[in-house]
Amino acid sequence: MFATNQVWNSLFEPLPRNRTYEELERIAREVRKDIIRVTNAAGSGHPGGSLSSADILTALYFRLLKHDPQNPKWDGRDIFILSKGHAAPGYYSVLAEAGYFSKEELMTLRKMGSRIQGHAHTDVPGVEVSTGSLGQGLSIANGFALSYRLDGRSQRIVALLSDGENDEGQTWEAAMFAAFRKLDNITIYVDRNGIQNDGFTKDILDTSPLEEKWRAFGWNVVVIDGHSMKQIVEAYETSLKVKGKPTAIIANTVKGKGVSFMENNVAFHGKAPNKEETVKALAELEAGSGS
Amino acid sequence: MSPAAVKMESQRKEYGRALVELGSKNRNIVVLDADLSVSTRTVEFGKAYPERFFNCGVSEANMITTAAGLAMAGKLVFASSFAVFLTGLTYNQIRQSIAYPKTNVKIVASHAGLSVGPDGATHQMLEDVGLMRGLPNMTVVVPADARETYQATHALASFNGPAYMRFGRADVPPISDEGSDFAIGRASMLREGADVTLIGCGQLVQACLAAAKQLETEGISASVVNMSTIKPLDNGMVDRCARDTGAIVTVEEHNIINGLGDAVCSAVAAHYPVPVTKIGTMDTFGESGEAGELLAKYGLSAEKIAMAAARTVDTKKRMR
Repeated sequence: MFATNQVWNSLFEPLPRNRTYEELERIAREVRKDIIRVTNAAGSGHPGGSLSSADILTALYFRLLKHDPQNPKWDGRDIFILSKGHAAPGYYSVLAEAGYFSKEELMTLRKMGSRIQGHAHTDVPGVEVSTGSLGQGLSIANGFALSYRLDGRSQRIVALLSDGENDEGQTWEAAMFAAFRKLDNITIYVDRNGIQNDGFTKDILDTSPLEEKWRAFGWNVVVIDGHSMKQIVEAYETSLKVKGKPTAIIANTVKGKGVSFMENNVAFHGKAPNKEETVKALAELEAGSGS
Repeated sequence: MSPAAVKMESQRKEYGRALVELGSKNRNIVVLDADLSVSTRTVEFGKAYPERFFNCGVSEANMITTAAGLAMAGKLVFASSFAVFLTGLTYNQIRQSIAYPKTNVKIVASHAGLSVGPDGATHQMLEDVGLMRGLPNMTVVVPADARETYQATHALASFNGPAYMRFGRADVPPISDEGSDFAIGRASMLREGADVTLIGCGQLVQACLAAAKQLETEGISASVVNMSTIKPLDNGMVDRCARDTGAIVTVEEHNIINGLGDAVCSAVAAHYPVPVTKIGTMDTFGESGEAGELLAKYGLSAEKIAMAAARTVDTKKRMR
C-alpha cells in the first residue's frame, strides 16, 4: 500500500512546481492586492499579519507543497496548518488564487452565511484545520506527523506560526514533543514580524532570542528573510533532507509588508483598511513601490 | 447492604482491557496519555502496542490537540488523564480542535468526582460533565460500573465523533448481574416503581438502587434509571418517568450545577413538568478523605437519596 502511494505521488503532480522566483513574486503581489480588497470589503480582519506572511504562503502553494485545488482531499497532498488562524485573509487569498474557490466567494469573507469564516475554517475548500486560538497548530502538526510516520506516508507536514504565538505555553509543549519524537517530517515557518495585537513583541512579551529557544528545544533552526522567495524556497527544500529533527524556519518579516503606511504599523494588526486607504494601497502594490 | 458481600470492580481496569481488545482488532486505534497511564490503565494498551501508544508527558494541552491531529489524519484516538486535567487544562483545545471540527477523538477521564479521595479538592473534578455537555457536537457518557465501562469503551470506538467519558478512581459494585447492553444515548430502567423515579449516573446508580429498597420499606415505590449518557439525553425515558411517577430525583457525583440534574430538569420543564430534586455536590469543592466517607459527608448516600425522594413525593402531592 505504501509503495503504491509513493508511485502515485511521483506520477501525479497536480500543480507545476518549477515556478521562478519572479513568477512567485508576481503572484504574491496579486495575493497582497486581494488581502487589501477582501479586508476592506469585510470591514474587519487582520491585514498586517496576512501581508507579512503573503510571500511564505505564496511560495508554499505555488511551488513547495504537493496539493491539488481540483481535489482538495487528494490523498497524496502535503498537510498545511495555518496555526496563526487570524492570517485567514492571506490564506484565503492564496487558496482562491490557486483555484480552490472563486475570487467572488473570497470577497464574502466574514459575511453571514459565507463559508469564508473570519478565521481559518475547514468548510473552506483547501483549509485542512480550523484555527484561530493561538498555540494549537503545532500540536495538530504533531498528530499528523505521528500518524503519517506510523503509516509510512512520505507527505510533509507544514505549519505557519505567528510571532506572538511563541507566547503560548502549548507551542513549547508541542515543540518539545516534536523534537523528542524526532518528527523530521515537520517543517514550520515562524512569521517573525515583530508585532502582536497590543504592540511590538519586544514591548509586550519579548520572545527573543527566538532561534536559540527553538534550537534548545531540539529543532533544526534556520533564520531567513521571509520576503525573499529564494530563501523561503531553499530553506524548505533543505528541511526535507534533515533527519531526526523537525525544522523551524524563522522568517524575519515586516508586518503589513508591501503597503508603505501599513508596514510596521501596529494599528493594522487587526484593523481593515478603509476605502481611501484601500485605493492608496492597491496603487502602491500595482506600482510595486512598497515591496 | 453488607459491603463484604459485594464484589467490587475497577472501571479503570475494564477501560484498559477494552482498549487492548480494540487494539488487536483495529490497527487504526492509537492511545495517548499525559503521564498518568498507570492510573488510567492506558498502560495496558501501551504494553500491548507500544508503537501506537504515545505518552505525551505532563502536557495535556499538547496531548489533546495532538490527538485531534491524529484523528484528522484518520486515526481512531483515545486520550486519557485524570478528569480535572483532561477537561480543565484543555477546555479551549477541546472546543477549538475537537468539538468545533467534529474530530473523532474519545476523551476518557478517570479519577472523576469526590471518590478520588485523599488527594483532595484539587484532584476531585466535579465540573467536567458541565464543561463537556456545554460544547456543541460533544457526546457525554458516564458509565455506572465496570461492565458498563467496558461496553461503553467498545461503543465509543464504533461511534464517529467527539465524545467524553468519565469514571472514578475507586472500585465500584456492579449495578446488576446481567443488566442491559450499553448503547450511546439510551438510558436503562433498572427497577419499575409508581411514586418517584431516581435517575442516576456513574457509581451512584448503585446508591439509587439501595435507596429504592429503603423507600420500599417506607411504602414508597421508586423507579431507578441508569442515565449513562448525559448527552444526548434519553428524552423519551425522562418523559416516561415524569408521566409514570410524577416525581424525579437526580443523583450524580458532580456539582448540582450543569450536570445530569440540570439536563433532566431542562427536559422535564420542556415536556412534562413535575417536581425534580437534584442530588450532587452543592456548588462546593471537596476535601481529603476516604471515598466512602466523602460521599457520605457530601450527601451522596442511599439514605440522603431516600430522604430526598420522600420529600419530592410530598411536593408532588402538595401540587395536586
